Amino acid sequence: MPLSRLSSPFLSGTSRVTLHMLQLLLALVPAVIAIVYFFGPSVLITMTLAVIVALLAEALMLKLRGRPLKPFLTDGSAIVTAVLLAIALPPLAPWWLTVVGVLFAIIFAKHLYGGLGYNPFNPAMVAYVLLLISFPLEMTTWLPVASLSEQPLDFAGAFHVIFNGQLISGLGFDTVSGATPLDAMKTQIGLLQHPSYISQQPLFGLFAGKGWEWINIWLALGGAFLIYRRVISWHIPVAMLLALTSISLITWLLAPESTGSPLFHLLSGGTMLGAFFIATDPVTAATTIKGRIVFGAGVGLLTYIIRVWGGYPDGVAFAVLLMNMLVPLIDYYTQPKVYGG
Amino acid sequence: MTTPLGSFPGGLVLDGQKKRSTYDAIRKTPLSKKLILPLQQHIGAASDPIVQVGDKVLKGQKIARADGHVSVYLHAPSSGTITAIDEQPIPHPSGLSALCITIETDGEERWIDLEETPDFTTLSEHEIRHRIREAGIVGLGGAGFPSFIKLNPGVHHTVETLIINGVECEPYITCDDMIMRERAEGILDGIEIMRYALRVNKCVIAIEDNKPEAISAMELALARRNDLHNTSVVVIPTRYPTGSEKQLIQVVTGKQVPSNGLPIDIGIVCHNVGTSYAIGRAISHGEPLISRIVTVTGTDVKHAGNFETLFGTPMHELLSFCDTHREANEPFILGGPMMGYNLSGDHLPITKTANCILVGVDNAARQADPLPCIRCGECATVCPVSLLPQQLYWYSRSKDLEKTREYNLFDCIECGCCSYVCPSKIPLVHYFRFAKTETMNHELETQKSDNARLRHENRLERHEAEKKEKEARQRQRKLALAATKAAKEKEQAEKAKTAESQSDNQEK
Repeated sequence: MPLSRLSSPFLSGTSRVTLHMLQLLLALVPAVIAIVYFFGPSVLITMTLAVIVALLAEALMLKLRGRPLKPFLTDGSAIVTAVLLAIALPPLAPWWLTVVGVLFAIIFAKHLYGGLGYNPFNPAMVAYVLLLISFPLEMTTWLPVASLSEQPLDFAGAFHVIFNGQLISGLGFDTVSGATPLDAMKTQIGLLQHPSYISQQPLFGLFAGKGWEWINIWLALGGAFLIYRRVISWHIPVAMLLALTSISLITWLLAPESTGSPLFHLLSGGTMLGAFFIATDPVTAATTIKGRIVFGAGVGLLTYIIRVWGGYPDGVAFAVLLMNMLVPLIDYYTQPKVYGG
Repeated sequence: MTTPLGSFPGGLVLDGQKKRSTYDAIRKTPLSKKLILPLQQHIGAASDPIVQVGDKVLKGQKIARADGHVSVYLHAPSSGTITAIDEQPIPHPSGLSALCITIETDGEERWIDLEETPDFTTLSEHEIRHRIREAGIVGLGGAGFPSFIKLNPGVHHTVETLIINGVECEPYITCDDMIMRERAEGILDGIEIMRYALRVNKCVIAIEDNKPEAISAMELALARRNDLHNTSVVVIPTRYPTGSEKQLIQVVTGKQVPSNGLPIDIGIVCHNVGTSYAIGRAISHGEPLISRIVTVTGTDVKHAGNFETLFGTPMHELLSFCDTHREANEPFILGGPMMGYNLSGDHLPITKTANCILVGVDNAARQADPLPCIRCGECATVCPVSLLPQQLYWYSRSKDLEKTREYNLFDCIECGCCSYVCPSKIPLVHYFRFAKTETMNHELETQKSDNARLRHENRLERHEAEKKEKEARQRQRKLALAATKAAKEKEQAEKAKTAESQSDNQEK
């Protein structure tokens, strides 16, 4: 093969940004199947919508910024942002919620900072937090798992809900919606119920929320695949999960009446999505080995603190964004010792 | 056999591609009609020609002498006539020209009289170093540093271990592998001499485990030498860039050479197997360094292999001897695919540092437009020196030279691992070379302007001093003038007085 590079090395490995992104999407497939199984097919509609809007927004921004379209549209990063946001959104999210979120992620959180590689904050989480603060009602209207629902959503039903803002039957959401297990746990602990009693309720499964625990397990397995394929390194997820386990174990042992079990926290809400797919976003995470451990542990601790003592039922998105801010500092203080230095 | 004591972080396991050039034994490249010998084939000062155009020279005759301390002699690789001493293109990444001596060979290969020394212990350490310098021997691993300097520990250091580098970690290159397979005895001769010159007791020969033939050849040769104590072959895991001196020291001894320091600071000296062989020939047989083994390989080379080639042989002769299918002006690599540089002109001569000519590689990096850095950190994971290439890239790109220094740019060994793994295909090493050159230029400029400022300040000071001196002189002169004036006035007054009194007396 003739040489084309100007200077050494003339060899190149097989690693590609696009390949990373594709493997990331592949790793999400089992979890998405689980979501469809437990919460109906609406996530697929939201995801498709999100991807289309993301690609359009990406193309528009590239055009405005005078960047070539092809390499950046095919790098897969916009698709990953869209898919992650779609997974994080509630199943009943109306179409405009998705559109606003994706546009904000791509235009503001990504391109206004310089596009791929330059954004300090995880775009999907910036959008998620924006939506959570601006539209708390829509963002917390969740479905119980299909088996608990009297009217499980089929494909047509989901489509109707997303685009018309109501159920086919014409009834409001409150007839089908319910709190997430994390929300239920938080509210009822606030009402001085004991966690062990709360988790007896039908909303809960073996360790955590019914359905949620399986989605989290599948996400963790997908994450393990990514570590095996060296798309991500183990440091951030392991540090985050260890930190979350440790702090919840300590609190659980000292004050069992005030918090769910460590397993409940590990398998609830956005824990596994955050640990393997969000916090590991290379662009916005720490890059040194030690830094990644600090970063991951920080995300784990903040997630727990927000969940238990903060105002929101889940804290992964906030935790990731807060730690994103600290990345330059962490990277600066965790430089490895150079050979002979 | 001993086991390695350490390891280094990062590195890559690369496809060696070494089989291609190790099917055949080392062959001799046919004598070229014309040999072009650059005066600088080593690190340091260029040699100084001691022949003139028209002179007849013999094979092995000195044609240029060492100029200054860090320099070596140069010899005629074959007998013939000096036809030119002028600027010729030399193998260099930027296609530079430099002063070369051109010899038209007569095909007779008549040697000068060689001074053989069967027992090197009759020579002093100093004499050995002197002969190695006179034989023109430089590091044949690729860097070309004059070997006699590395055989002089000086009075402040004692050498504990001599490491013989037979690692050859770059893909495709096999010249060290082949010399170990075929000339193990000769390498051991060189080791004995180096041990004597360095007064070192312990020696390890480091070879990567992807060269079983070389390992067994060296061990076999060692077993036959009862007198060579404390010398062993250490088989090290195949991982790029283990062959780099600092990394090899870390693998073999577990120690690190201090930043800005030399291996000798921790009692270690490293020499390449080819250099060792050359030293053996130079001392025992009196043969100067006039040829080397060159690997010619690559996907476009039909008869790849290793070729004992006289210095100055034009590359195109070697390439056509190997039946290379290379399109006109198609670039090829001098050195390995990870650290070599590309050349397009094939009329350049083989020099002392030319270990490999590589025409066509598998999985060549494409000149794709790189994507932005996504900070994945793979580069930092594979860096054998534990640098943070993505930060260095960031600061090199923005020309923040101060910051690149802070992030230890000058500890980068340019091994290319970071560029290899980069998913965005950023030519990182290219940026680092750029930043290094910029920094050095910047320093040169600063030094120049510092000098100029100093000169200016000195000049002002000098002027000031001169002015002061002048003023002082003027003042003195004024004072003197005033003094003489006063004296004159006094005299006059006295004269007047005496005149008055005289007149008074007269009146009386």
